[in-house]
Amino acid sequence: MQISLFITCYNDTLFPETGKAVVALLERLGHTVDFREAQTCCGQMHYNTGYQKEALPLMRSFLDVFWDAEVICIPSSSCVAMIRDHYPKMAAASGEPALVEAVKNLLPRVYEFAELLVDKLGVTDVGAFFPHTVTLHPSCHSLRSLQVGDKPARLLNGVRGLTLIELPEAGQCCGFGGTFAVKNPEVSSAMLSDKINCILNTHAEICTALDNSCLMHINGALSRQRTGVRCVHLAEILASSEPIPHSRITGEGA
Amino acid sequence: MSVYVGEAADAPDFPAAAKKLVANTQTRHNVRNATDIIRRKRDRVVAELPDWEELRQAGHDIKQHVLRHLDFYLQQFEAACTKAGGRIHWARDADEANRIIVDLVKAQNATEVIKVKTMTTDEIRLNAALEAAGITPYETDLADLIVQLGEDRPSHIVVPALHRNKLEIRSIFMEKMGLKDLGERPEDLTNAARQYLREKFLRVPVAISGANFAIAETGSICVVESEGNGRMCLSLPRVLISLVGIEKIIPTLQDLEVFLQLLPRSATGERMNPYNSIWTGVSPGDGPEEFHVVLLDNGRINVLADPEARETLDCIRCGACLNACPVYRQTGGHAYGSVYAGPIGAILTPQLQFMEHSQTLPYASSLCGACYEVCPVKINIPEILVHLRGKIVERGDAPLLERAAMKAASYALENSERLATAQKLARWAQIPFNRGGTIHSLPGFLAGWTSVRDLPAVPKESFREWWSKNKKLKYEILKRELPKLEAPKPEEPE
Repeated sequence: MQISLFITCYNDTLFPETGKAVVALLERLGHTVDFREAQTCCGQMHYNTGYQKEALPLMRSFLDVFWDAEVICIPSSSCVAMIRDHYPKMAAASGEPALVEAVKNLLPRVYEFAELLVDKLGVTDVGAFFPHTVTLHPSCHSLRSLQVGDKPARLLNGVRGLTLIELPEAGQCCGFGGTFAVKNPEVSSAMLSDKINCILNTHAEICTALDNSCLMHINGALSRQRTGVRCVHLAEILASSEPIPHSRITGEGA
Repeated sequence: MSVYVGEAADAPDFPAAAKKLVANTQTRHNVRNATDIIRRKRDRVVAELPDWEELRQAGHDIKQHVLRHLDFYLQQFEAACTKAGGRIHWARDADEANRIIVDLVKAQNATEVIKVKTMTTDEIRLNAALEAAGITPYETDLADLIVQLGEDRPSHIVVPALHRNKLEIRSIFMEKMGLKDLGERPEDLTNAARQYLREKFLRVPVAISGANFAIAETGSICVVESEGNGRMCLSLPRVLISLVGIEKIIPTLQDLEVFLQLLPRSATGERMNPYNSIWTGVSPGDGPEEFHVVLLDNGRINVLADPEARETLDCIRCGACLNACPVYRQTGGHAYGSVYAGPIGAILTPQLQFMEHSQTLPYASSLCGACYEVCPVKINIPEILVHLRGKIVERGDAPLLERAAMKAASYALENSERLATAQKLARWAQIPFNRGGTIHSLPGFLAGWTSVRDLPAVPKESFREWWSKNKKLKYEILKRELPKLEAPKPEEPE
């Protein structure tokens, strides 16, 4: 299958390893990856901060880039939530029937990374090897907007060598919330501190999620406090295979 | 118009208020404890109902129906209530409502009133208006009494003294009730409150209540509570005045079937409230001789006028969103500066004030969605928060720095060439802060982030650069060869 990757602007800039892992895994599963270089951003940051007008051209550009893509894979559930929850609204508000139609055609082809594997490609064992103890933070958008349920856990349970430890109070937000963490740093830090306590209580070595945004936030505190625990995107775990694990999981820089 | 919501217009911004409260270990401990308990109870009793989702939808639909036909139902309520011997007063704003109520109390030559728990009277600052007119209000709900005696502010819609623990309450009671000694057990505290309140129930001739529901069909009002003090206020005094927000209307008595399942389970984690009072007008020889209803707008019609945020008025004040909210959990209610705290307060408070005040409240959320998940009438609070943020930006009230940053981001994200350039620029700009791939400290508006968190440095190569170097050519060749080739061979992991 030809799978178009929407890497997302922050993964592109800050977490290229996640993108490389998605490419490696999809190729390992026998698919071809299509990266359309004109892509930029889904518009989430603008939209959620109240700059809805500024998000509109970003939606237009997304539609232009991906209009004929067969399947779009997005390794970030909050961006998928932005597209699913807000694109139809934005299109309707624009008063352009063509835009409404374009969004309607687009949505069934948009998959979050774990959704793509489980729902579209029908795999939960991707042949990964990752000999570490891992806990899963179900990010708010994956949990409540996308409702991915146990898909990430099923994928993790299919990884050889991996021990999955349940995270207490898993559904509590880590306190990132995009610009929330910048506008309300005190409350955000307090929320993060709760999340870190829960993660440390699992005694897992690694915390994973479907969103690098939450992971960046969580890892920010894990790293600052020298906890010896670090965050790795689910794609990077699933891309790891015997005998050499994927580069970012060797523990450097944590 | 003098529309206001308690002291919200003069309250400090949320981030500043929250900073103080986050540092208050006692409050945080109390709030966490209390919300954890209520949340667990709520989850347990909600799980008992197989048709919970249908009930939520029904509650939402009934409220939406009423809001679409509010003119009709308000008039129906007025007619039915008047016919049953009640008197209706219409109040456009808080000042008007206060004036009406003060005049009604004065007409009785009363100098004291007893009150049933009502947030709406806090919204219009009724107690202050009564005191200014020489009338002493006594709160009879235990939590409201604690707040009143402690010269405090409510911090929760349902449990206004949630931020206090029993030892703090004991001190307040001992000081304000003039008690030499008082036990520490909850029973001791309740007993003290009972002694203090009983003689007031028997003596004071006027009571003031709010309403959980106003039933249009019959002109009845419904109040649910846990202590029975409300019931005494509703039945013992000679005159009863009920302050009712116009959004509290439901069409028929039958509709209570839905709401009396949704409300207690969501509010206190009980299957049913211990006291459910429904009364209709006056009945000779039974209960109050005079019954007044003050129907209050105070900004509500303004909320109704916005189709995208209208469902804010569906709220039945259960407080479930407060208990579920990870932000409220850290700060408690006082950070919101409003009688309506938590997620619902963050959308209701600014809207009631025409978006002119409390503008930091729509940003007091990480948009995690926990509030929407538990809301018994399915108010999509995160969507409304985002919508209200849009209104603030549109008014030109967003901070200058934020507007500039968003503008810059818009420019950089307009096409991929600009994004690639921005990525390169970021790599240069971070050089003074980059410590081996990690940033420990940043100035300006990012200082809050780096005060407790590290930030990853922008890596040397973006994904798009990597793709262009390593994959682009291969796939371009592949495309040309596609008729012959099915898929690329699996690669060795890097």
